[in-house]
Amino acid sequence: MITAENIYKSFNGKPILKGISVVFEKGKTNLIIGRSGSGKTVLVKCLVGLHEVDKGTILYDNRNFVDMNFNSRKEIRREIGMLFQGGALFDSLTVEENVMFPLNMFTEMSLGEKREHTNLCLKRVDLLNVNKLYPGELSGGMKKRVAIARAIVQNPKYLFCDEPNSGLDPKTALVIDDLISEITHEYDITTVINTHDMNSVMEIGEKVIFIHEGHKSWEGTREEILDSDDENLNDFVFASNFAKKIKSLTTGNQ
Amino acid sequence: MKFFSIFGRYIILLSRVFAKPEKSKIYFQQIFKEIEYLGLNSIGIVILISIFIGAVITLQTRYNLESSWIPLYLIGLTARDTILLEFSSTMVGLILAGKVGSNIASEIGHMRITEQIDALEMMGINSASYLILPKVIAAMFFNPFLTLISMGVGIFGGWVASVVTGALSSADYVYGIQYLFVPFYITYALVKTVVYAFIITSVSAFYGYYVQGGALEVGRASTRGVVYSSILILLADLVLTQLMLA
Repeated sequence: MITAENIYKSFNGKPILKGISVVFEKGKTNLIIGRSGSGKTVLVKCLVGLHEVDKGTILYDNRNFVDMNFNSRKEIRREIGMLFQGGALFDSLTVEENVMFPLNMFTEMSLGEKREHTNLCLKRVDLLNVNKLYPGELSGGMKKRVAIARAIVQNPKYLFCDEPNSGLDPKTALVIDDLISEITHEYDITTVINTHDMNSVMEIGEKVIFIHEGHKSWEGTREEILDSDDENLNDFVFASNFAKKIKSLTTGNQ
Repeated sequence: MKFFSIFGRYIILLSRVFAKPEKSKIYFQQIFKEIEYLGLNSIGIVILISIFIGAVITLQTRYNLESSWIPLYLIGLTARDTILLEFSSTMVGLILAGKVGSNIASEIGHMRITEQIDALEMMGINSASYLILPKVIAAMFFNPFLTLISMGVGIFGGWVASVVTGALSSADYVYGIQYLFVPFYITYALVKTVVYAFIITSVSAFYGYYVQGGALEVGRASTRGVVYSSILILLADLVLTQLMLA
């Protein structure tokens, strides 16, 4: 479980996060949604320590991340897997070397053991016979799957995903969503996903947090979204004419 | 103020670069990769430039010492000292600042904008140390060999130019390059090379590491890395010459 309490963050005097408090639950897919520029990426980067918070507390299973020194944070980070928007695979390494990289750095496994573990993770994300390919030779969906394999190779307790579906076609996006959801339940990890893809929200959003202009505007489950009376959330969710039509059909307002 | 801000960030980066490595074995492997990438791949350009510059120095010296009062072997001596004292260390340093420096800045800058550096940090790896330290060590270890190669090839280029053009005889040139030889000149050149290697790798890496934005900014960082490395090389040349030869 990850608990963020009263998080403030500003850049050059401009406030971005204005006192956000939220609990991300274990074994669930926790989705952060919001418009572009609402502060959701900044929130995720604060949670993992890529940005320092101005004020507030972040607890990883009751361990205060904000007050930790560099080395203690490194220990927590080894329990975190992260899927970046573009995959962030290392260009100069093959798929196998990319996935094996954390094992090389932090374990004393033999090469055979590392290979076996890497192949298991690649199989888990349905990637076969790509071990020797370089990231430049992969499609967008394959890159995301390799990045997921790399994120789970050390059996993380926490998984962060930054816009996992950006740049993917709807069908591939669904595959990635399902994969993240399955992995979350299979490994019983705390997953935090930053997205503005409503398909993802409705597919896998077990807990949804809506951020609006640096505030937490709404919190609930995917089922509760359609019945919410939060104006900002409704503006976001039913932004397209198609969505508006569905809303009017489901509520009976023609 | 901006200078102090940049200098402060450079020092902070260096303190992270020289922190204890996560896994020494992996760093050693990286050092050997960098020796190949930054060092061995530069041998060709160093040989090519050195042979031509050695030839040109010899021919220009011959042209400027057109007097029956000056013994011809002094042309060999002048070419040798120019190559040993300045060309093979400083000129090659400036050439490597262009080739290796831009390479390092753009490689690390690209990693920054594609979040590969963030990915390293997220794994609990000191990205500054992992990416920069092997490059610094590889260049400081291998560049002296490039300088020695440049010295040999440059002097050979002068000999070829002398013999082919008939500017002076082979015997005069060979006598000149042996005449009043000061071995300390080689030490002086190698010390300069090691300092330049540190400047080229650390300054270029600094500009690449702190890139913000996209491809355009990576290009600008690469240019800044080369320009500031070159300026610092010339400054270091002045200081080291005063310290070691004055």
